[in-house]
Amino acid sequence: MTVPLALLDSFSGAVDFIFSQRESFGGGTQVGGLGQVWELTLEHLKVSGIALAVSLALALPLGLLLGHRRTGELFAVAAGNAGRAIPELALIALLVAFVGTGTVNVAIALAVLGIPPILTNTFVGVHQVDPQAVGAARGMGMSELQIAVRVELPLAVPTIMSGVRTAAINIIATATIAPLAGVLTLGDFILARNVYGDEGVLAGAILVALLALTVELTLAAVQWALTPRGLRLQRTEAST
Amino acid sequence: MLVPTIAQASADFFRDRSDSNCIQDNGAFCAGWVIDNFDRYVDPLLQHVVLVAVSVGLGFLIAFAMAVASHRQRWLVPAFIGATGVLYTIPSLAFFFLLLPITGRGTDTAIIALTAFTLQIIYRNIVAGLADVPRDAKDAGRGMGMTEQQLLWRVELPLAVPEIIAGVRVATVSTVAIASLAVFAGGGGLGSEIVTGSNITFHTGVVTASTLLIGMAIAFDVVLLLVQRRLTRWRSAGEGRGARRTDLLRTLSRRAHRMG
Repeated sequence: MTVPLALLDSFSGAVDFIFSQRESFGGGTQVGGLGQVWELTLEHLKVSGIALAVSLALALPLGLLLGHRRTGELFAVAAGNAGRAIPELALIALLVAFVGTGTVNVAIALAVLGIPPILTNTFVGVHQVDPQAVGAARGMGMSELQIAVRVELPLAVPTIMSGVRTAAINIIATATIAPLAGVLTLGDFILARNVYGDEGVLAGAILVALLALTVELTLAAVQWALTPRGLRLQRTEAST
Repeated sequence: MLVPTIAQASADFFRDRSDSNCIQDNGAFCAGWVIDNFDRYVDPLLQHVVLVAVSVGLGFLIAFAMAVASHRQRWLVPAFIGATGVLYTIPSLAFFFLLLPITGRGTDTAIIALTAFTLQIIYRNIVAGLADVPRDAKDAGRGMGMTEQQLLWRVELPLAVPEIIAGVRVATVSTVAIASLAVFAGGGGLGSEIVTGSNITFHTGVVTASTLLIGMAIAFDVVLLLVQRRLTRWRSAGEGRGARRTDLLRTLSRRAHRMG
């Protein structure tokens, strides 16, 4: 019975850390409590949000262009594969060594992780659009730009959004080690054990996991909302 | 006599650089230091290989068992996808520290978290591979009097090998990258040559470890590609470039869908 009790103890300690302030491990300052949790959560969301916006701004138009023209298949595959091989810790360390610290630099480094999945999925999603739908749009007199934005993009939403979700998860996960580059995200609770103590570390782990799951669920809802109704109906029929 | 002279000259060249103030100045990459200190990378490198190989190996066994179980019991598929999705979404660093009160610091904790991470990728690919087996092939097997069990092991799984291995490759390459975080859980690996304490400012160490990590990802990927070629020799007969191209697009789209 001692092991489960000790376990319960450390988790309730972590929950306590989240809800009420206490003196820091080394003494001197007040840490923990909802105020600091909120502050670090906002910073985590801010740096991740900027990063995701930058990757979307770069990867979505490029993927749409390549997918629409049906070229650059190998480039899209290579980008996706290379992106997975980037070690997050090394990326942050190289950033600190050769570029600099701070929110903007970290956001740009995180954007590097977000680009490959969005690029690959946008390319594949657009590439897979039924050529008959594109033909019909062309027959209605739509310009190439209109076809890309009003036909191919909406039909590719499920695939694109799954890429965006992968990108968001990678970015949020890596933003956890951003304190190493001077940006105080929720990862600070985890990495600075000498300040927050064991309960703070566990609280940080719980908060980061909850944040990632919340963002994932939110994006799943966004995906559902953005998917054209016709496509949704088709999918429901196909799955039953 | 020319060769040893060149070797000597290049050794001198690097030695000279290491004797200069490269390390004191924290230069971007001090080749001499790396050559002199290469020993220190051997252990972390091997630990990293073990972390990746054990995690992906365990992940494959579990995902495979789940896929076989859900192959006839279709209602298990969404349940497994949901459960592995949660494990995939929790950032590895957080996962390590959530496990810490239960399993303590060390390699075990790192392996559990990394294994949990690989499940979603591998499981989805096995399920997709089995779903893509042509109906004709299954009908032919049934016509030959195969039981469902024989059909699975002799027809469906062999035909799904390319997609199964594609999943293992994705999982492996990602795990090589993520295993560098194992150092925070006391799990060793090449991350220990990037971070010391919470210090990441030794440039040469960071550059060397990053290079080794990317090299390892490529090496694992090439080995798995060779395994895949070996397991699918039947494909080369009668199939040309066209088939391979279609296959590339199909795996690509499978990968793209893995979060959907």
